[in-house]
Amino acid sequence: MTRGLDAVADLARRLLPADAVITDRARLRTYECDGLAHYRVTPGLVVVPPDAGSLAAVVAACNEHRVPFVARGSGTGLSGGALPHADGVLVVTSLLRSIREVRPEDQRAVVEPGVINLDVTRAATPGGYYYAPDPSSQQICSIGGNLAENSGGAHCLKYGFTANHVLSAELVTPQGDIVRLGTDAPDAPGYDLLGAVIGSEGTLGVVTEATLRLVRLPEAVRTVLVGFGSTDQAGHATSAIIAAGIVPAAIEMMDALAIEAAEAAVQCGYPDGAGAVLVIELDGPQAEVEAEYAQVERICREHGSTEQRLATDPADRALIWKGRKSAFAAVGRISPDYIVQDGVIPRTALPEVLRAIDEVSRSSGVRVANVFHAGDGNLHPLVLFDDAVHGAGEAAEEVSGAILDLCIEHGGSITGEHGVGVDKAKYMPRMYGEDDLDTMQLLRCAFDPDGIANPGKVFPTPRLCGEVPGRRKGVHPAQAAGLAEVF
Amino acid sequence: MVATALGEAARAAVGSACEVREATGDDAVDGTPAGLVARPADTSEVAEVMRASAAHGLSVVSRGAGTKLAWCPPPESADLVLDLTAMDRVLDHQAGDLIVEAEAGTPLAAVRSVVGEQGQRLVVDETTPGATVGGSLAAHASGPERMLAGTARDLLIGMTVVRADGVVARSGGRVVKNVAGYDLGKLLVGSFGTLGVITRATFRLHPAAETERWVSVPVADADAVHRLTHAVVHAQVVPAAVEVDLGGPARDAASGSFTVQLGGRATGVTRRADAVAHLLGGGAEVAQNAPDGWGRYPWAPDEVGLKLTCVLSGLRDVVAAAAGAGARVRGSAGSGVLYAALPVTAAGGVVAAVDRLRATCVARGGSAVVLQAPPDVERSCDPWGPVPALDLMRRVKERFDPDRRMAPGRFVGGI
Ligand SMILES: Cc1cc2nc3c(=O)[nH]c(=O)nc-3n(C[C@H](O)[C@H](O)[C@H](O)COP(=O)(O)OP(=O)(O)OC[C@H]3O[C@@H](n4cnc5c(N)ncnc54)[C@H](O)[C@@H]3O)c2cc1C
Repeated sequence: MTRGLDAVADLARRLLPADAVITDRARLRTYECDGLAHYRVTPGLVVVPPDAGSLAAVVAACNEHRVPFVARGSGTGLSGGALPHADGVLVVTSLLRSIREVRPEDQRAVVEPGVINLDVTRAATPGGYYYAPDPSSQQICSIGGNLAENSGGAHCLKYGFTANHVLSAELVTPQGDIVRLGTDAPDAPGYDLLGAVIGSEGTLGVVTEATLRLVRLPEAVRTVLVGFGSTDQAGHATSAIIAAGIVPAAIEMMDALAIEAAEAAVQCGYPDGAGAVLVIELDGPQAEVEAEYAQVERICREHGSTEQRLATDPADRALIWKGRKSAFAAVGRISPDYIVQDGVIPRTALPEVLRAIDEVSRSSGVRVANVFHAGDGNLHPLVLFDDAVHGAGEAAEEVSGAILDLCIEHGGSITGEHGVGVDKAKYMPRMYGEDDLDTMQLLRCAFDPDGIANPGKVFPTPRLCGEVPGRRKGVHPAQAAGLAEVF
Repeated sequence: MVATALGEAARAAVGSACEVREATGDDAVDGTPAGLVARPADTSEVAEVMRASAAHGLSVVSRGAGTKLAWCPPPESADLVLDLTAMDRVLDHQAGDLIVEAEAGTPLAAVRSVVGEQGQRLVVDETTPGATVGGSLAAHASGPERMLAGTARDLLIGMTVVRADGVVARSGGRVVKNVAGYDLGKLLVGSFGTLGVITRATFRLHPAAETERWVSVPVADADAVHRLTHAVVHAQVVPAAVEVDLGGPARDAASGSFTVQLGGRATGVTRRADAVAHLLGGGAEVAQNAPDGWGRYPWAPDEVGLKLTCVLSGLRDVVAAAAGAGARVRGSAGSGVLYAALPVTAAGGVVAAVDRLRATCVARGGSAVVLQAPPDVERSCDPWGPVPALDLMRRVKERFDPDRRMAPGRFVGGI
């Protein structure tokens, strides 16, 4: 341990219950990675604070001793965002799990950061409400992680992302101060720092409480599974549905390989031999859902659907979603290793880009399964490989990079919801210029001038923040040297 | 002549960057006289002007149509007014992808008409006639349809900004889903020109509603507003807007109205309009058009204009407090964002009224901001009230505009 880390550990031991400070090597190792397991670093120290106050004190100590810290929720992140620092502190929020308030009359819930996403919906449902952002990992991922990644989910097509559903948050700044961002009501006065913190991947501080917007449960829901001969047809059908002025709650696509994997894993009854399936969900007032369903049914038929299965009851709907939501894990059963990509393209480019991905896959001999949020063009190509085979990992990396390039060429993004983390930092310069990245880091410098909050993530190269500009302490060095007058 | 004395070198530098003229009295910003007016044609000209103003230490105020320049306290100085109205192009409308990119000086109405031709709409309300894309973003203006899709903040997917030092920076992009890097667009929304110059913005669009209806009922008091709002938002009618308009021109409480906007497919809308009429009770009427004053701020130029926010359970108290202060209240009851017009009596009286209103709003989870006021009132009252995380905001300002030249003094805490 470095001397600084020792000092933080001392303070943590004085402040926290004994079992909340982990220094034992074997236990530290259980935190060495998040959902992206091929990056591993054993943290120098793990703390599991029982409240915001002690969490802030630990962060303040990190600040005093210039020790890096990394926040961790459930560790399901897929970009290495919660990858620990070997000489740093991993601040785990798993004890901060209380749902403080559920107020359907205000359409609000106030929760601690360690609260599991789905538990918010569970708590709100009796009052006729739910929490809309629904990552496929919603049974295990934390609200703090959701805020940090600005997580999305299948239903974000209609309802928006985490950033559209948070009104206010309590943040422990990298100096260890506890500040409130936003108000319970919309449009708090001042800069929208909350909007900037959401999606900042733990680089601007640690969120210790969030006030969430709850959404009214819809009157009617229709979920239909549609089989197509090819991803081309499914892609065109997706665009045609949107062009018809319909905003479904979700449109998800899976290709043949992904279908095969899901079917083998969870027997979800997806059509045999289909080249692609769409899971389309419509929700809203009964009459409109029925009218839109009729239209969707016709559009899919016109685009060559081979089979349409409308869920007739909640169990059936759950089964359709099960195939989709377990797809990542299912692919794990047909391939020892895989890389999940998260590129985004304009929706209309779907057929073209899927064909290009197929070509990359064929020419490299690396298999790629596609499972994704078709409605908003957010691809999740799963690049399959076997790490035991020499060079397979590198080949997969190459295919994965080529796919991101395709996304950028088509005016898209390198990440739609999983974040940049440590994994995609190197791709950031392909999407943004130096000035763009420099400007983003001005914000970083305002919050964290010493770069101790989750360093090494998001940005390929840290910006030196220097002194706070405009605030001169003492005599300017040039003036002291007699080189300049005071002006 | 204008009071600001600008050196010849500064004039020449700005003049070589783009079209420039001497300011007139009409260019004053909320009473602060302006020096020069520059009218750049594109982002690169804005960048050049900003480099020139950085080199010569000029304060800069960005201006779109100028409809909200009287909002907020006046800037301490305005050496240079950046008139963005020459940058008025809709750059890119991808109907299939439901996105549009426009220059900052483009009137919202122009964007709406371009996308409207393809049966789409930008759900950013034009709350003042002529308002531009950039100005609406910088002032974070919002109207009735925020119920439906949020505000400009929620629809913005990409932005180009020119920094105080002239560096051009982009954030976001052209796809609706994108978490690469910090969301600088959100930081700029509502920043009133104090962090940089917005030159381009890309938005997510929505399909236009096939049919729209407005269901209205007269309301007389805060109690009714509260009751009806809760009846509608917790029902299954998916309102596009839930608006109140109380304390009409005659300050006659009895002339108030409560209106629910519905949009969607014809069959569904008709059915929901019936359901809403039933919820609103006797006297409810269904109309094919929006009522008068829909989506406009309630104040006259010589009145105090306030933005009041609260959580929905606090609606009764906030509306009652506003009515009690003699204010006309109009706005989105359904989202807890209201605008109030307070007639100017004695200045001391207004300040006390603002304080009382603010106390009510803050206790109900919101805030009360004075958007516009006559100069004497503006000088004597705190426009913002409590601002959480003000210190962090100052630090952000120091990084983006270390010399404090961008609309100095217009924002919270004197930023
Ligand atoms: C099977 C599977 C499916 C998934 N599906 C989706 C999906 O559909 N959509 C989607 O968006 N994501 C998805 N993910 C990714 C992941 O679940 C999300 O990114 C989630 O939000 C991470 O939450 P977490 O609690 O696990 O965070 P962690 O992995 O612990 O941390 C993620 C990041 O958040 C930071 N962080 C955590 N807590 C805080 C805090 N309190 N304050 C500040 N920073 C904090 C960390 O430092 C890190 O940078 C999926 C992951 C898996 C494994």
